[in-house]
Amino acid sequence: MKRIGVFVCHCGTNIANTVHCDQVAEVAKDFPGVVYSCDYKYMCAEPGQQLIQDAVREHNLDGYVVAACSPRMHEPTFRKCAERAGLNPYMIEQVNIREQCSWVHADKEKGTEKSIDLLRMAVAKARKNEPLSSSTIPVTKRALVIGAGIAGIQTAIDIADNGFQVTLLDREHSIGGRMAQVDKTFPTLDCSACILTPKMVEAAQHPNIEMVTYAEVTAVDGFVGNFDVTIRKKARYVDFDKCTGCGACQEKCPKKVSSEFEMGLGPRKAIYVPFPQAVPNKPVIDAEHCRYLLDGKCGVCKKICPTEAVDYEQKDEVIVERYGSIVVATGFDQFDISKYEEYGAGRYPDVITGLHLERLMNASGPTAGKIKRPSDGKVPEKIVFIKCVGSRDEAKGRPYCSKACCMYVAKHATLIKEKMPQSKSYIFYMDVRTGGKSYEEFYKRTQEQYDGQYIRGRVSKIFQVGDKLIVRGEDSLIGRPVEIEADLVVLAAGMEPRADAVALARTLGISYDQHGWYTEAHPKLQPIETHTAGIYLAGVCQGPKDIPESVAQASAAAVKATGLLSKGELTSEAMIAECNEAVCAGCGLCISVCPYKAIEKKKVSERVHGQMKERVVAVVNPGLCQGCGACTVNCPSSAMNINGFTNEQILAEVDALCQR
Amino acid sequence: MKYGFYPGCSLHGTGIEYGMSTTVVAKKLDINLVEIPDWNCCGASSAHNTDPLLAKALPARNLALAEQYGLNDIAIPCAACYQRLKMSELAVQKEETREEISEIIEMNLKGKARARSILEVFSNDLSEERIREEVVKPLTGLKVACYYGCLLVKPPEVAIDSTEHPLMMDRIITTLGGTPVEWDYKTECCGGALSLTRVDAAVMMTAKILHYAKLAGADCIATPCPLCTSNLDMRQKAAEKALGISINLPVYYFTELMGTAFGIAPNELGLDKHFVEAKSLLQNISAPAGQ
Repeated sequence: MKRIGVFVCHCGTNIANTVHCDQVAEVAKDFPGVVYSCDYKYMCAEPGQQLIQDAVREHNLDGYVVAACSPRMHEPTFRKCAERAGLNPYMIEQVNIREQCSWVHADKEKGTEKSIDLLRMAVAKARKNEPLSSSTIPVTKRALVIGAGIAGIQTAIDIADNGFQVTLLDREHSIGGRMAQVDKTFPTLDCSACILTPKMVEAAQHPNIEMVTYAEVTAVDGFVGNFDVTIRKKARYVDFDKCTGCGACQEKCPKKVSSEFEMGLGPRKAIYVPFPQAVPNKPVIDAEHCRYLLDGKCGVCKKICPTEAVDYEQKDEVIVERYGSIVVATGFDQFDISKYEEYGAGRYPDVITGLHLERLMNASGPTAGKIKRPSDGKVPEKIVFIKCVGSRDEAKGRPYCSKACCMYVAKHATLIKEKMPQSKSYIFYMDVRTGGKSYEEFYKRTQEQYDGQYIRGRVSKIFQVGDKLIVRGEDSLIGRPVEIEADLVVLAAGMEPRADAVALARTLGISYDQHGWYTEAHPKLQPIETHTAGIYLAGVCQGPKDIPESVAQASAAAVKATGLLSKGELTSEAMIAECNEAVCAGCGLCISVCPYKAIEKKKVSERVHGQMKERVVAVVNPGLCQGCGACTVNCPSSAMNINGFTNEQILAEVDALCQR
Repeated sequence: MKYGFYPGCSLHGTGIEYGMSTTVVAKKLDINLVEIPDWNCCGASSAHNTDPLLAKALPARNLALAEQYGLNDIAIPCAACYQRLKMSELAVQKEETREEISEIIEMNLKGKARARSILEVFSNDLSEERIREEVVKPLTGLKVACYYGCLLVKPPEVAIDSTEHPLMMDRIITTLGGTPVEWDYKTECCGGALSLTRVDAAVMMTAKILHYAKLAGADCIATPCPLCTSNLDMRQKAAEKALGISINLPVYYFTELMGTAFGIAPNELGLDKHFVEAKSLLQNISAPAGQ
């Protein structure tokens, strides 16, 4: 029989106030297998650990049980302690009598009784513990960043600067993302492109960064340290090796298409570069609109191209690459304002969103920086802003705050006044939330120096009379309805997850919340990590953020990703599933429930009645298995077991509880 | 096509022309409207202002009667009746409520009957072609402001169409050859609830609707609601006085316009029962080319 030790911790008064620790230790002496038992004030402290190590040696213990806090807190401590005492670290058990007993109960007698029961079970389990060992897996020293907005770019540059290879991937054919569409940034009002484009160029030219644009991730296999990522590179119909980016094709292309980059406010061609500072600055053909690709007529771009770079025969290319870690930085979509029918959004051309206004203010935008309203090109004088459109609105399924809108509206009102001193901005708000360095001061300036009139209340309706938009709402501070005849209405549309965010999350195997934002592993202490090892988050894909926050999270993600890559190898989990081939029927139910694709079928040969027979059994890949246990509960013949949590051990615990 | 028919009280009183026109138009379109025998008051306004249980139980008896006679689709012209019956229908989908109500009305309620607005029946159950087949006198050149009021589109759970920008009537008017005008007072409150208690406020609300319909260039207004119609039609003189301008917009039930386009005689549709003279505008519609 194994010789087991028991160590009961007081945790100062945390446990001792509700549990008679000395009594618990005393009763444990009579448990089968227990040869030594004691209690101590702080087991995790250095003298406590020393006490354990001494007892192991003195009493020749095969394993021990610590009754203390949650294993989440100190299991690694006591495992290391076991190792120092010469035991296999998996020969110990920790039973939680703090979070699951003393902290949640008031009656000391009952608390003691419960602690004894919990301990009795743990001892029964410990007697059946077997030494386990973990193996190591090599790490592919290369990272993938999905999404090349400001967050993705910053992550890629930081990883690359740390000396690791990184692939920066984007589905658009230029990197830059949302920030490239923005005119000026708050609170400093510096030009967005002026601070972004140097980073775009740096990313493009960095020797450690491989830029893969116009491409999407279609599948992810493997696990931390070794992800096998399938990437589909969309056909560009332009050979980038030959193309010099001269732009002749764009000029001559006869097909005009509404530009996505310009939010539909301006045209582009069917062969195009989305914006002048695009990286890479070479065009692609939009197959949905190209006349040649649609009906075989035209071909002007091919004729005009001096380097014969246009290639109508190009096809999508699928590649599989291996990465050690992945950073997801896929950003956001702007809330679809047409869901607010009362604002006539989608019906009235002069009801626009913040991003539309960015393009109308931008010097390289469709109006060359002169604010003209979309309907008739008139310069607006009265401009109404409505905040919280698609934010903080439960009726629209968007109860959260989009965080950046309060500041970008203040920025818009300031810039409009600067550009057009005769204009007047009215801002309908629910609350003004300008937490952030120098943000509140900026908002105050908008009110005091830039004549932004803030009206507290919601707008109930916008309608058109003549060429004016009548904005009807309530001023809830004076308790009166207000009506403003506006020339232009700007809705501060909130942020929402990318339309296909959930699909990508499923491909990656990361979790997401009810809205589709990717979930961090811990809201306070692990805001960068996902629940899936080796995959990290940066920027708005995790939740609404402004630029500085996105950049900060991006650099943090880079640190996490690099930290993983800088390890030569990873220690795999020891408590993983194992198949008892002798009883496995090869039904494959475990394969279908395994979330990590860690189980496969294999053929085994065995001699039955003197004849060699082949049959199929399940086999667990120890590198992939995370020890979740889904296969064990699903196995009809109990062939699957989690090492360290075998069926036998669980039953021993149940028996111990029933036999008291 | 067979429907249970719930006329409600207005179709016998203030909205008599709605009832007349609905009946003849439905007949033209081969829609068989079977009046629910022994129907009772839907409880509109009075019941749900006094007792929530009564508000569910009164209409529920009509639902139960319809079920008994196998009339599971109930066509309802009056918008207020529609809303009361629809609310009750939704409430009794919950088994607990259904049992409670069944006990009160002493009838076995299965929760199968569906309350349907007659506008929605004409709009969804018939194809545009079917309506067009009956058009002999297209409403060519007639500019119509389609006014839906609140009861058919709010709250969202009973809405037959978009709550802010409904288009059902607009589509029917287009099918009839008329031109619906683009305007934004389609679902504004007509002041119905204040119609008797605060006439001054109600008149101002009505006046705004009429004013904006006029600004949008409408020749007339079409509605699916007897309450709206009585406010817009009956109080139009008072509204003109309040605004200090002449409005002179006939207010039609959309079924009257359907009937006119189908060539039904004005008096059969009740066009002689309006406050604002309503016959001459429709008589003056130019005959289609070639006739």
